[in-house]
Amino acid sequence: MTRPGFVLEVDRSTPPVLFHHGEQFRLERLPAGRSRIIYPAEPLEPIRHPEAAIRHALCNPVGDSPPLPALLRPGMRLTIAFDDVSLPLPPMRRPDIRQRIIEQVLDLAAAAGVDDVELIAALALHRRMTESELRHAVGDRVYDAFAPHGLLRNHDAEDPDNLAFIGTTDRGEEVEINKRAAESDLIVYVNINIVSMDGGWKSTATGLASYRSLRHHHNVRTMTHSRSFMDRHRSELHSSNWRMGKVLRDAGVKVFQIETTINNDVFGTEGPLSVLQKWEWTARDRATFLALQKGLDRMPARLRRQVFHSWRAPHAMTSVQAGEVEAVHELTTEHVYRQHLVPVEGQTDILTMGLPYICPYNVNSIMNPILVMCLGLGYFFNLYRGRPPVREGGVLIMSHPTPWAFHPVHHPSYIDFFEQVLAETTDPVEIEQRYEEQYAYDEWYRHLYRTSYAYHGVHPFYMWYWGSHALAHLGQVIVVGGDPRAVRRLGFRPASTLADALEMASDVVGRDATITHLHNPPILMADVT
Amino acid sequence: MSDTRRPTKLTKRLPVNGRSALALARPALRSTLRSLPFPLAPPTVPAGVEPRRPEPRVGAAYDTTWARSYPARMARVLLVEGVVRPAIGVLAAPEVHGLDRLGELEGPAVFAANHHSHVDTPLLLSVIPEPWRHHLFIGAAADYFFANRVTGALSALVIGAIPIERTKVTRTSADQAAELLDDGWSMVIFPEGGRSPDGWGQPFRGGAAYLSLRCGVPVVPVHLEGTGRILRKGHTVPRPTPTRVTFGWPMRPADDEDSRRFAARIERAVAELADEAGTDWWSARRRAGAGRTPSLQGPDIGAWRRTWALGDRRPGRRRRRPAWPDLG
Repeated sequence: MTRPGFVLEVDRSTPPVLFHHGEQFRLERLPAGRSRIIYPAEPLEPIRHPEAAIRHALCNPVGDSPPLPALLRPGMRLTIAFDDVSLPLPPMRRPDIRQRIIEQVLDLAAAAGVDDVELIAALALHRRMTESELRHAVGDRVYDAFAPHGLLRNHDAEDPDNLAFIGTTDRGEEVEINKRAAESDLIVYVNINIVSMDGGWKSTATGLASYRSLRHHHNVRTMTHSRSFMDRHRSELHSSNWRMGKVLRDAGVKVFQIETTINNDVFGTEGPLSVLQKWEWTARDRATFLALQKGLDRMPARLRRQVFHSWRAPHAMTSVQAGEVEAVHELTTEHVYRQHLVPVEGQTDILTMGLPYICPYNVNSIMNPILVMCLGLGYFFNLYRGRPPVREGGVLIMSHPTPWAFHPVHHPSYIDFFEQVLAETTDPVEIEQRYEEQYAYDEWYRHLYRTSYAYHGVHPFYMWYWGSHALAHLGQVIVVGGDPRAVRRLGFRPASTLADALEMASDVVGRDATITHLHNPPILMADVT
Repeated sequence: MSDTRRPTKLTKRLPVNGRSALALARPALRSTLRSLPFPLAPPTVPAGVEPRRPEPRVGAAYDTTWARSYPARMARVLLVEGVVRPAIGVLAAPEVHGLDRLGELEGPAVFAANHHSHVDTPLLLSVIPEPWRHHLFIGAAADYFFANRVTGALSALVIGAIPIERTKVTRTSADQAAELLDDGWSMVIFPEGGRSPDGWGQPFRGGAAYLSLRCGVPVVPVHLEGTGRILRKGHTVPRPTPTRVTFGWPMRPADDEDSRRFAARIERAVAELADEAGTDWWSARRRAGAGRTPSLQGPDIGAWRRTWALGDRRPGRRRRRPAWPDLG
């Protein structure tokens, strides 16, 4: 039986709290008597025999779908789409779940005599996956069999010859997806759900879509109307994707969805970075932490980044379900909630969080200031069901070094967005209206997205929109330990220590403000009543 | 015509020398011994009783229990890690595939591989991952590796071999192997029963399948490619050549499967791995799905065409390098 998540009221005996701080760590003491900490649940027990579970899921689908073997026949066109490098976080140890599933799907296809098979990394407007990333995701066997023949590809959302316009939703949203997928007799979508936002129709309608289609839900209005986008039934982002899914289904695009959930075993179940609470640290854990902290502090930033990004998480699969998209996703969401939801009573004036070194858009890359904003105000802030754990007009304090640093290959348009757009305004609505199209249709960014390993020109805008709900909700955002220039450019206030940040927050929420600390990672989701 | 006889040594030409003295003394010694009382003298056999033949202590009867004692195991770990693995790294430069397929394997297993060369065993000892590598025993031909006590001791110590009778049907070898599997040891076996005589495989015998059925342990099919070029049967000098080892999914016998059918399935699995190594995984899966996986035993054609066809099986070297030298 794994220990569920819980809320701890901070008192004088509560040891300091571990804050992730990019590629470093901070131990911070929260004020006693007015602070609480939301701790995540321990990793759920994994499926003991994942291979057998996958085979069972493929042969016993949920919803209105025949078993996969019954959908496969000689002469058909089969497209296998899979989640890209943004999932899971951190990348999991080999074999990746996608490899396990794809091999079993291909085994069945081979037995059924299916020859025309292509694999597509469903990356939407993310950067293309490199060979080593593709090998990690699908495994060497699949890569060596398909990639040399051009049958394993990254989706290209800017290739007019390989996009198919499917139709329009009843709200006028255009649906345009990868042509090969659209014209296949069957799309098998292989997903990994790390948070409840992933999966469902979002897999196909977003992962295989073009800018023309994505702009209908990747915008400020959708984000501010999603409370939160982690809660499918209160998320406009999902409603839009579900409408697009209906258009796909009505147009005859057949999708066999395979979704998996993983436990939150990010840094192992032992040691100072595991889900062990500080009061459970042994002398060895304490020594390890001190050595780790001192070592990281003395390490050059580049080496430190390499060390962190080479970490492969021991994530394990907790569920696998396959079949009709919506029925599958309902089950998946239940499993995600089983791992992540922590009941929390009421809101507080201040929300604190330590941001780790990784987010979905800087795998093997640099966490630039825009991604810091997206991770804190986009992802972590939205990890709630019901209400945000911080009241409207409250303060968000996040800890991250926020260096003025960008990966020139992965994030070229981010550099210009930071230098040009944010220098003018940080208002998402104004940014969307004045600048989005200019970046979205920029030929140079388009070229880099298609031929290099760059995120699409419009991607930094989406990152900013991702935080628009939090920006509208919060009275102030303070970054502890960040580069002051970069933090001010984001429109936030820099602070050297948590004590300073709390002092600064008192200007907005008063001196005896209540505090909630989100102890994340491992991932948790506050179920606030 | 010159006399080519070598001159006899002076000591031998003397009327009294060591040899003649021993020859004279031997009967006296024998009679003296016989005159001693039992138990100083050997017992006499009563008339009409067939004397018991001495127990054979080599071949299939060689007792290898000592080779699994703690000191012997430690010595083997040192030998494998310090000598065998570096030597194989130089000689065979193995490229290992399919280790991820062992991710869910727990407890002992039978690793069943095709067999081309004496290098196969040290190669497998080098590439089979922990926790199986240092808890392995090898089924080795009793008549070859355990022909005398010296080779038997070396085989048992260095590669953890146990003698397997291949010339006649006996339960001793099977019992010994089953006992070790039950004790948690894993086994490496070459179900073909011997090295390939011509580069192609031979039909798989039922040993691996039988042990799997009897002990309830899975069989891991393994395909070895390239070892025949290092030291094929009949050669004595090894030639360094890159090799490829492909591990397959662990297999268990079906409920109604006997050892003969299971052995055939193991052979098919190794053949599919060979196909995967020669082409790519997807092509191999499609051929397997259609029942068109090339047999390990090669085409049923004339000997020279079989040899010639071997040139087709090496990935990236199709037809470029015939199996015999260019005679101009």
